[in-house]
Amino acid sequence: MQRFLNNPDNLVDETVAGFVKAHRDLVHISPENPRVVVSNFAPRAGRVGIVTGGGSGHEPAFIGYTGRNLVDAVAVGEIFSSPTAKSFADAIKAADGGAGVAVLYGNYAGDNMNVKMAARMVAKEGIEVATVVANDDVCSAPPSERDRRRGVAGEIFMWKIGGAKAATGATLSEVQAAAQKAIDACRSVGVGLGPCTLPAVGHPNFQIEPGTMEVGIGHHGEPGTRVESLRTANEVADDMLKIVMDDHALPAGTEVAVLVSGLGATPVNELYVLYDRIETGLAAMGMKVHKAFVGNYFTSLEMVGATLTVMALDDDLKALLDMDCASPAL
Amino acid sequence: MTHIPNAGQSAIIEELAEVIVANKAWLSEIDGKIGDGDHGSNMAKGFGKAAERIHGKDMSLDAAMLVLSDVLMGEIGGSMGPLYGLMFEEMAGALKGRDDIDADAFSAMLHAGLAGVQGVGNAKVGDKTLIDTLVPAVAAFDAAKGRGFAAALTEMEAAAERGRDSTIDLVARIGRSSRLGERSRGVLDAGATSCCLILTSLGASFRKRLS
Repeated sequence: MQRFLNNPDNLVDETVAGFVKAHRDLVHISPENPRVVVSNFAPRAGRVGIVTGGGSGHEPAFIGYTGRNLVDAVAVGEIFSSPTAKSFADAIKAADGGAGVAVLYGNYAGDNMNVKMAARMVAKEGIEVATVVANDDVCSAPPSERDRRRGVAGEIFMWKIGGAKAATGATLSEVQAAAQKAIDACRSVGVGLGPCTLPAVGHPNFQIEPGTMEVGIGHHGEPGTRVESLRTANEVADDMLKIVMDDHALPAGTEVAVLVSGLGATPVNELYVLYDRIETGLAAMGMKVHKAFVGNYFTSLEMVGATLTVMALDDDLKALLDMDCASPAL
Repeated sequence: MTHIPNAGQSAIIEELAEVIVANKAWLSEIDGKIGDGDHGSNMAKGFGKAAERIHGKDMSLDAAMLVLSDVLMGEIGGSMGPLYGLMFEEMAGALKGRDDIDADAFSAMLHAGLAGVQGVGNAKVGDKTLIDTLVPAVAAFDAAKGRGFAAALTEMEAAAERGRDSTIDLVARIGRSSRLGERSRGVLDAGATSCCLILTSLGASFRKRLS
């Protein structure tokens, strides 16, 4: 394992420490809890607060989306492990401007439990909490069991839309509805070409044989639906687009936002190679790309691979997506 | 003996922590097969921290369980933080105020712990989770209670091991490994395994003190 490490047990704390130093104009650590990162613009009196959280190792997610008109406070977990209920509760308190807090997070067992417990904790202090659970990862369950699907990079669009809606002064239920609409409009897929290693474990916990790829891989290396020979970038891009768009079933003429994220160890130029083909494919389907995001937006340690997210837009979502924001990652 | 005192028994939690820390690599290896391989390190971190905080203090068993619960819920997170955190919180609640812990008190403790887990998780027997260990172990203890505390503990430990092993043939229906469907069959569930370590360690610690 060739990694920049001190003591692996301190990795998350050191990550957060460096992050808030580098982005001190936008974020700070909560004085109440070292595992909560808070926007310098939060809380805003009378505005709905936006909170998320999740395991570390996905940087710039989740902390990178803390900022103005975006996420107000983020609960930080161990590598690939849900934050504690207490951290979620402290993040909710930090984001609370008196109009309630929307917790927008991904569909994982630990996060579901810890957010549920956190909501109970803050209810005692009179803070109203609404939740939206992201489930955009197409390959993690069939369409009939959409509530079992994982949340992946579509979460970024959910935060963007939720944060923008909150900035308009919308009520908690309006913010919740907008974030729900955003994630409902998202479909994602991941393809893995190489595994990742938890520093505290020291060796990869799954294998992707050289010359093969895992289609439908999850953000923590959860196995995909197919393991097959690695093909050309264009063929992989076509496959990813087909998986996403078959599940989406959008009418021709739909405007979309596209996000291609690296999983940590894929060169960024290759992401553009994928995107080139993806936009061509979308155009052939009659889709119009309103906005594209290509880069390392939501990673999985040093996994080799990429995810594709397509969000269908209407005028409301477009306006919220286009609203100005400021955060380290977006 | 039919009971042990509640006071001054925090060493039981230290012994438990020792067992968890000693099995760190094994738990991570099991977890790595169908999970992300961090169960051992997270468990060892939480139980180890709790043991450090308990060490040298003259605490009742329920107070020591609360220290463990606080560490798991406040500092560990993941899925196991809330599940085991609530389990030990409820177990501590069932023992609180008791001078002695006899078989009935131990049974009440087990049931409270089970209720704690079920209060936050939704798993049922057969879903390939720690519930597959915990539910039969609690039932076995109750069924054998009439034959004495120590005998009931032995039965509980055996049932916990059978419950743990039952997860090998199960397909995960909840949690991260449930995404694997059939591919989750054929390996132990990490939570069922750590739950078994907890129950067998508690059983052994109690039996040692009863004899």
